[in-house]
Amino acid sequence: MTAPADTRMSVQLTVNGSEHAIELDTRTTLLDTLREHLKLTGTKKGCDHGQCGACTVIVNGERINSCLSLAVQHQEDEITTIEGLGTPDNLHPMQAAFVKHDGYQCGYCTPGQICSAVSVLNEIRKGVPSHVTDDLTGPMQASNMEMRERMSGNICRCGAYSNIAEAMAEVAEA
Amino acid sequence: MRSFTYERASTPAQAAASVSSRQGAKFIAGGTNLLDLMKLEIETPTHLVDVQDLGLDQIERTEDGGLRIGALVTNTALSAHDAVRNDYAVLTRAIAAGASGQLRNKATTAGNLLQRTRCPYFYDTDMPCNKRKAGTGCAAIGGFSRQLGVIGISEACIATYPGDMAVALRVLDAVVETVRPDGETRVIPIADFHRLWGDTPHIETALEPGELITGVTLPRPIGGQHFYQKVRDRRSYAFALVSVAAVIQSDGSGRVAFGGVAPKPWRVAEADALLPNGAKAVVERAFQGAKPTEDNKFKIPLAERALAGLIAQARS
Repeated sequence: MTAPADTRMSVQLTVNGSEHAIELDTRTTLLDTLREHLKLTGTKKGCDHGQCGACTVIVNGERINSCLSLAVQHQEDEITTIEGLGTPDNLHPMQAAFVKHDGYQCGYCTPGQICSAVSVLNEIRKGVPSHVTDDLTGPMQASNMEMRERMSGNICRCGAYSNIAEAMAEVAEA
Repeated sequence: MRSFTYERASTPAQAAASVSSRQGAKFIAGGTNLLDLMKLEIETPTHLVDVQDLGLDQIERTEDGGLRIGALVTNTALSAHDAVRNDYAVLTRAIAAGASGQLRNKATTAGNLLQRTRCPYFYDTDMPCNKRKAGTGCAAIGGFSRQLGVIGISEACIATYPGDMAVALRVLDAVVETVRPDGETRVIPIADFHRLWGDTPHIETALEPGELITGVTLPRPIGGQHFYQKVRDRRSYAFALVSVAAVIQSDGSGRVAFGGVAPKPWRVAEADALLPNGAKAVVERAFQGAKPTEDNKFKIPLAERALAGLIAQARS
């Protein structure tokens, strides 16, 4: 069935520094826009319900689940996906640390893990408290427990968690 | 997901008028709960009114020394705000105990108040559910009820309000500010915001059709030690089996509200008054008249032990 015209809209997005204007069905999630329309397939679809974190991207500097967001909500937003963080020849420090510490096995959750990990260190730097922060008014520490708590929205069925936390610790200390 | 049209509103009153004038229209803010439900066709709006451009994303002091939180302030921004961390720490603690970092970055103050229950039968569209479709029955009664409500529930529905933030707002005596489709504003005390739904479990709040939340205000800080204890099946990123928000003063008096047990954050004034007598006295009074099932009767002693732990911390 063809949807009526007013359920299609033009959306302007800046993705990894490139501007795009795309006409989309209003139902299109940001995740499907990236993967199916812009062919940026680094961002993965896991559960499609915000439970696994594989679709995590960075929007206007903050990590979100791209599966639980409509493209039309992101008019003129700036989006960074795994493809925008680094390239094979010029890895982002977090990508390099994941390689060094074996922070993945099958790799499916990895783009979401890395986008989340980069954002977690920013959140700690900005002083965003977490569930395991003891002193809400003191400086935030990038401790192992803080990393683990803050990464709980990213599931890894291979169980690479301890290596992910080590990769993050290395970047946090750099 | 069903088809829908979409618009961005430019003022709160216009947003409210737009939703009230179109059958099947809904507001969308962060969308983290609504889109999940739309994918499952539990929510099937025909028109979405996006409220992100309404300028309701500020936190400011009120004239009487309290705090006004815009409806669109994200959970992350609210939990990290200096005044909240310093003066309303129970709110920071409650927000940080909920969801994931990704969701808290998108979820808003108003949207969090309006999130729907996580009763598994509400989510399973093959099962009857009076909340999802009025008059179809309740599959949770006699079903798996471990997560579900023990008090304030009805013969039509035993679901709970699932959130954490609102439990903290309840001990802080927050007030919800709204605008109606005709442009009139009103305030709703948090105690009256979520309904005890009785035989109409599909009506969950005091909001009228098209009424838009514009903000939440907190009264002046009340001091004391602030706690939020959340007990759940895993240590992070899970809904509460039981949660306890408490503000305890140095003389042992204070305020207590419970989450994960009822259709609304559960606070009983007479139970608050018993705080100096210990957790057993508070929980006995707060849960007087409870109707737990065999599967979820553990929640009441769990609430008592969680509160006892907080009282011990406050004394140490």
